[in-house]
Amino acid sequence: MPTYDEVVETVIELFKKAETELSDDVIQALRRAYEVEENEIAKMNLEVILKNVEIAKAKKIPMCQDTGLPIVFVELGKELCLDFDLVEAIKEGVVRATKEVPLRPNAVHPITRVNTGNNIGMHMPQINVDLVDGDELKITVMPKGAGSENCSALKMMLPSEVDKIKRFVVEVVKNAGGKPCPPIFVGVGIGSTFEGCAKLAKRALLRNVNDMDEFELEILNAVNELGIGAMGLGGKITALAVLIEYGHCHTASLPIAVNTQCWANRRASAVLR
Amino acid sequence: MEIVTPVSQDVIRKLRVGDIVYVSGEMITARDKAHVRALEFIKSGKELPISFNNAVIYHCGPLVQKVSEGWKVISAGPTTSARMNRTTKELLNYVDSIVIVGKGGMDVSEEIEGKGVYLAYTGGAGALAANAIKRVKDVHWLDLGMPEAVWVFEVEMFGPCIVAIDSHGNSLYDEVKRRVEENFRRIVEKI
Repeated sequence: MPTYDEVVETVIELFKKAETELSDDVIQALRRAYEVEENEIAKMNLEVILKNVEIAKAKKIPMCQDTGLPIVFVELGKELCLDFDLVEAIKEGVVRATKEVPLRPNAVHPITRVNTGNNIGMHMPQINVDLVDGDELKITVMPKGAGSENCSALKMMLPSEVDKIKRFVVEVVKNAGGKPCPPIFVGVGIGSTFEGCAKLAKRALLRNVNDMDEFELEILNAVNELGIGAMGLGGKITALAVLIEYGHCHTASLPIAVNTQCWANRRASAVLR
Repeated sequence: MEIVTPVSQDVIRKLRVGDIVYVSGEMITARDKAHVRALEFIKSGKELPISFNNAVIYHCGPLVQKVSEGWKVISAGPTTSARMNRTTKELLNYVDSIVIVGKGGMDVSEEIEGKGVYLAYTGGAGALAANAIKRVKDVHWLDLGMPEAVWVFEVEMFGPCIVAIDSHGNSLYDEVKRRVEENFRRIVEKI
């Protein structure tokens, strides 16, 4: 059975890993973009991104100064009994990661804008728990920067507008322009409820970014025809992936959420037994 | 090309969109709150702890660590400049010249004409940027929090930066935006 201390240490390690190293699928997508990009300025930006990723990994420092907000996904095995407060352990992990990685203190009160200094606060870290089969505890961290998060959008579409979904996604990316640090990853949630589709959109970003179905590829191609390019200075590659998750929804609604993610699609997972 | 601070108006006028430059000398960080406070100071006649006039303003909320001899910059890439559109337009009324370094672009090509340039540095490249920051010379307004404080950096060959808005009314972002809008109209007809 996992212990409190194990969870704390795991959370610290996961933030360290996510902030300093990108996963292979993300690096692969970035390298491919560098190879196919023809616009000189965009190519230079992609070269800088790849160089930056190497430096961060070699020096074990966060690749981006916006080390994001702490978003944590927990998959809790139904057969597992924990004799400690899991939420407290995750919080302690975030506070210590802030000092030890280190992370930039980003959490502020929404109105007074006073920074808590340790990345925890009201509903922060954001912890999403799923009960799953088995006796394991899987923890995934996804530090999410604000530059890309700010360009996200949600729309309660009409059930008769299924054919307008693609347009909405492309429009969100168009409106974002260079702000979310393209080339971006586009997480999309279709269906569920108002908040449910937003959660699906974020969760979609956890998937292998090189594994897309035909519908996702069709939207990706449309997005890349926009010509926004790396950092919004023009180019062939605006997005590296469009990743969609679905949920059943009410017969009278069609919620859709687009969660934009910068090129630094940072996430790391560990399984505790 | 290397540009050294303080950047003269001659140098600013010579820069054209698409040029690649490296900055050496002094850069000061300022984001949302620092711009708001700086404007309050200027309007009420209070002296700023560091002048924004003829300065290189870096849109950046760095990740720094307190060490025995001061501060160590760990990661310090640019933040989204568009958040400072309104405050920058206002600030431009009070400066003779300015160099802005940021990412994602701004909507200031009219206001900056004749007095400044906007340089785009690759967003997210915080580790590489930190390599070019040799020293933290000073920090002001730390009460705003680490990301929002005004950090004074000594930099050496900070770049590559792309001149994305020049002092002659040209903006790469405006050009890209026009093309993107055209492309969007074409795309929505077929999807």
